[in-house]
Parts: sequence; C-alpha cells; structure tokens
Amino acid sequence: MSELYLNVIAGGILNGIVYALIAIGLSIIFGVMRLVNFAHGEMVVIGMYAGYWGHELVGLSPLASMPIVAIVMFGVGYLLQKSVVNSFADRPQHVQFILFISFALVITGLHVMLFGPDPRGIFSLASFETYTVAGLRLDATRVQAAGGALALIVLLLVFLQLSTIGRQIRAAADNRIGAQVVGIPIAHVFAVTAGIGMACAGAAGSLVAPLFDTNPFLAAEFTLLAFIVVIVGGLGSLVGALVGGVLIGVVEGLAALMLSPSMKSMFSYALLVVVLLARPAGLFGASGATK
Amino acid sequence: MTGKYRLSRRTFLALGTAALTAPMVMNRSAWAQGEAVKIGIILPTSGPLAVPGQASRRGIELGEKLLAEAAGRPLEFIYTDTESKAENGRLAAERLIQDGCSLLIGAWDSGTTISAAQVAEQQQVPLLVNIASAPQLTEQGYTQIFRNFTPATTLVYNAVARIKDLSELTGIQPKTAVLMHVNDTFGQGVAGGVNALWDRLGIDIDIVEEISYDLRARDLSVEVAKAKSANADLLMPVTRVNDAILIVREMVKQDFNPMGIIGPGSPGPYEKAFTDATGKFGDQYITCVPWYDPTNESTQSAISEFQGMFPGERFELNVGFSYEAIQIAADAISRAESGDPQAIRAALAGTNLTDHIMFGGPIEFDEKGQNPNIGGAMLQNQDSEPLVIGPKEIAVAEPIFPMTPFSDR
Repeated sequence: MSELYLNVIAGGILNGIVYALIAIGLSIIFGVMRLVNFAHGEMVVIGMYAGYWGHELVGLSPLASMPIVAIVMFGVGYLLQKSVVNSFADRPQHVQFILFISFALVITGLHVMLFGPDPRGIFSLASFETYTVAGLRLDATRVQAAGGALALIVLLLVFLQLSTIGRQIRAAADNRIGAQVVGIPIAHVFAVTAGIGMACAGAAGSLVAPLFDTNPFLAAEFTLLAFIVVIVGGLGSLVGALVGGVLIGVVEGLAALMLSPSMKSMFSYALLVVVLLARPAGLFGASGATK
Repeated sequence: MTGKYRLSRRTFLALGTAALTAPMVMNRSAWAQGEAVKIGIILPTSGPLAVPGQASRRGIELGEKLLAEAAGRPLEFIYTDTESKAENGRLAAERLIQDGCSLLIGAWDSGTTISAAQVAEQQQVPLLVNIASAPQLTEQGYTQIFRNFTPATTLVYNAVARIKDLSELTGIQPKTAVLMHVNDTFGQGVAGGVNALWDRLGIDIDIVEEISYDLRARDLSVEVAKAKSANADLLMPVTRVNDAILIVREMVKQDFNPMGIIGPGSPGPYEKAFTDATGKFGDQYITCVPWYDPTNESTQSAISEFQGMFPGERFELNVGFSYEAIQIAADAISRAESGDPQAIRAALAGTNLTDHIMFGGPIEFDEKGQNPNIGGAMLQNQDSEPLVIGPKEIAVAEPIFPMTPFSDR
C-alpha cells in the first residue's frame, strides 16, 4: 500500500512541476508589471499546438520543440509588449483586463479557424513507457515534461539573479520609479519580461502536448490553474509558483486516492481557500516582488 | 388603424392560418410534382463529439448513396452541426423545419436529441433517432419520436447478459471486478444500471470497487492505480474514447494486468481513434454494445461500399445505425406516398424491416416509438480490429481470455 501512495505522490510532484511552469509566465508578468494576463491559458495552447505540429510534421519530440517554441514566443511577447501593451501599462485595471480578454478571444478564434475545434493528441509507443526508480514506476512522458520544466525554471532563476537584464527586471519589480530614476530602460525591461512570460507559457504548452489532447478550449482551464498556483504560491514569486504547483499536484493525487477521483479538483480549490485565509499573500508572496 | 391598408382581424387570422399551413401544402404539392422530400440531419460534427458525429454522417452519406432510391422520390438531405452543444439541438430542429424538412434524423447524444425532440413534437414533424440512449426520449409520451437505438436500460441489460455469457464462451469464471466510470449522465446511468442488473441476472462476479472520475480528467494515473490496488479479476470501464485511451495507457505504464478488460456498454474501444492510439495494447479489450451483424450479406455489401467511399475509415455502430436511419426513412417515405410529415409519421409507426444490418430482430416501433428488437454483441479488439466474439450465432472470432499481459505483447 505504501508503494501505491509513493507512486501517487511521485506522480503528483511531476504534475506539479509542469503546473508550476504553466503558472510562472503569469507570475513573472504580474510581479514586474502588475499586469494580470488573462490570455495566459491561450498562450499555453499556442505552445501546445506548436508541440503537436512539430511532432506531426517533422517528428520533433515535444522536449526538442520546447526551446524553439520558447524563442519564437519570446519574440512575439517582446514585440506585442512594445507595440501594444506598454501603452496600456499605466491605464486603469479594467482597461487592461479588456485588452487581455480581447487577446484571449482573438487567439482562441484563430485556433478554431486554423485547426478546428477537435482534440489533437500526440500518440506514439513512447506514450506507454515508464522509468523504474527505487521501486517507483514513473511515467516517461511526465518525467520528460517535468524535467524540461524544472530545467527552464532553474535557468530562469539563474538568469534573473546573474544577468544584467535579470537584475534590471528585479529592480523594476521592486521599485519601478526608482529603477527609472537610475536609468533603467523600463519599456525595454517590460518587453523582455513579457517575452519571458510568453516563452514560459509556450514552453509549458509544448511540454504538456503529449500529456493532454490539444484543443482551442483548453485555455480557460490553464488560466484558472495558473491563477490557483500563483495565488497559493504567492503572486510574483517564482519559487512560490514552483511550491504551489507541486502542492496542488500532490494534493490532487492524494485526494483522488484517499477519497474519490471525481472530487480531486475540488481539493485544489480547498487548498486555495485555506491559503487565502491563513496567508492572504500566498506562501511566498511577501511583497509581490520576483524573488 | 384607419387608412387604405388596414389589417382587419379577419385578414390577420386568414394570413396566420395561411402561414401555418403553408409548409404542409407546399410539402404535398412538392410530392405531386415529384420534387425532393427534405430530410434534416442533426449531428455533432465538430467539438468534443465530432469523432462519432462524423462517423454518423458517413453512415448517412452511405445510406444516401445506397438506400435513398427506395423512397420512390428524390430525397434532399440538409445537414446541421450542433457543435456538440445540447442547446443547439433545438435551434437546428427549428431551422430545419423552417426550411421545409418533412423528417428529422439525429442527434447522436441524448441532451441534443432531447432538445430537438421538444421542437419536433411542438411542430409535429417526426424525429428519427439514430443514436441517443436517454430512456426519457421514448418515455415522455412524445408522438413524433422514433428511436432505432437501445435506451440505456436495454444497453446495459444486453451488456450484462453478454458478460454473463463470457464464462460459458471461455470456460473461465472471474470472481471479482472493479467498475470504473466517467461521472457524466451517461456514465452514471450505465454504472447504476450495471449495479441494478448484476444481482437480478445472477452474475457470479463480485464488484469489489467502484471508481468514478471526471469527464474532463486529463490524467487517470491515480484512478488506475486505485483499480490495480483492488486486485480484481476484471476491470469494467464505462468510458468515452479519450478516457478509454488514457486508461489503457496507464494500465500499460503501471503493469496492471487483470484477467480481462470488459466495457459494459460504452463507446470508445471499438473506435478507430482508440485502436490507432493504443495499437497492440488496445488488443483484447472487450466491449458489449449494439453492433452490426457481420454474417449478414447486406452488411458485407454495405461495408464494401463504405470502404470504397471512405478509405481508411471504420464501419462501426455509429455508421451502422445512421445507415439504418436512411433505410427506415426511405421505406417510410415510400409507403407514405407523400412528403407530409404526418403521413411519414404514420408510415414510420408501421415500419417492419426484416433485412437490415444491425444485429437484432426486425426493425419495428412500439407504441412509444422505440424499436424493442435491437440486440447486443460482445466485441474484442484483435489485431486492432473490433471483432464479434458473442453471441455465438454472429461470432466471427474466438475470445482471447484471460488477456495476454501487456509486457508479453
């Protein structure tokens, strides 16, 4: 029986790491620009389609597509921020809300027009593989997705800590006016941040393409999931998103095992309510800055 | 209301009556002139139910090619897509009736069919149900609904009866089972039916665990782990196609090898999407559903024509029942000798077709509009093809039971 629990916890951790990558794009954009990206799920779905078509057309594994998708999405995010979103940075929140909702509707509409509404799954013999580690059977596709996600999260943390632009991003997150006063090019920093946010969403989408069938209407689920993860972990905190994602993955797995599988999503919301009551800023959300 | 073009009460009544009766008069005159009788097809050809919806459409198109001539008049088929949304059934039925359809065929899923049925009843245009299993469709006293598909209760009854036959077919008696089902209306209905009929039919297999899961679940690893931990002889999943794929994938990954996997009356395992996605691991999966009679000559010629029209696609129950809907419609229109919806309704009530492709007795409708003669078959995937293994009179393959462990395939 303990083996069963350990397998479920391991599966929950792997799911949680992927959840974290899905949520980090939302978290970093909010942490730096105080913008809530309601089109985040749609951006994840763009990555899923890229992963799916990469596999179907040229036989690329989603793990191999991930860096390409991340680079392309970074460029798109950078240009979108420079050309459109920067001019909304100081507008009231309801105006920003409308802007992102319109992005979401346009992206979903384009997906339906281009690919149709039907689910598209990546199926191959690799989908049946497992790794056995210390008696635990780990799903190979999930291990690969979690490994890719973890590598990207670590890379992002190192980038933010050590690079010049990373330090500028953290400075802008801590004190935007102060950053402007010392000569940090805020418009450029915001555009890079938006690019990173979109790159994370796209990379996460590419990694989850073998796990979930892609369809245009998955976006709302991903946006909701990302919100739960970042609220539990703390808005703007990358470590918080990682911990929040893993917590939700494990809680869902254990709830399904100990109670009823059809009730498992209820427990992610229950966790959200408990965290909001006990720590309204989330587990790692002290000042809302990017830690 | 003074003026030259005053609308009097009498004129209003006359115009209203003319507007209401115009479609009927037009239908009659259309017949007199040998014009086409319009048949409205309501199916979910996009959205989550697009796979079976498109399969159903292929069945209609096959029927259009092979059977429409039997109507004795040209038939015009008008297709509408419900986008897999139940509320669109009503809109589709309204639009098709407005376009002059004398008969509606559809609508694959129960929710959509119920909403279309309300309009058909209100407008007094017959609705021939190709596939939809909600019992209330023929239990609410509707006069315009004719269903050539099993209601959920019969679907489950037939399936449970076939599971009972399994030990006779194989000489092996499983002792325990886990019932795993999707938690939508269909899944809960079938699971409830299985529990109710299990003892009544004297099935000597103990259901040791029942696991329900969310229709939107993207990961069934925990559910399958829970089923494995029950250590039962049989896994009985009630699924749609995508969750059936997820279940098999997880069973392989978790090296879960029960004596057999038997779906008690659910879609999924016989569909091409399933066998394509699971390959050799989807083999030996058994499911009990209404199915075509593979030993019948009419079936064989329909399948041969189907393969010419739709290369690479599978002739399965969605295709078969939709094809039969055209056979029933053409026969009724021919006997009605009219495009009038009520004449067609009366002819449908008198249907008696003995030569048809789906396994069971003659196609006829009882006073509730239900065909009570539809049989149930037991299928097993072998070399990625669903083959009939029971009942014996239509079996084309021997059952493989217990199933081969996944690691030995």
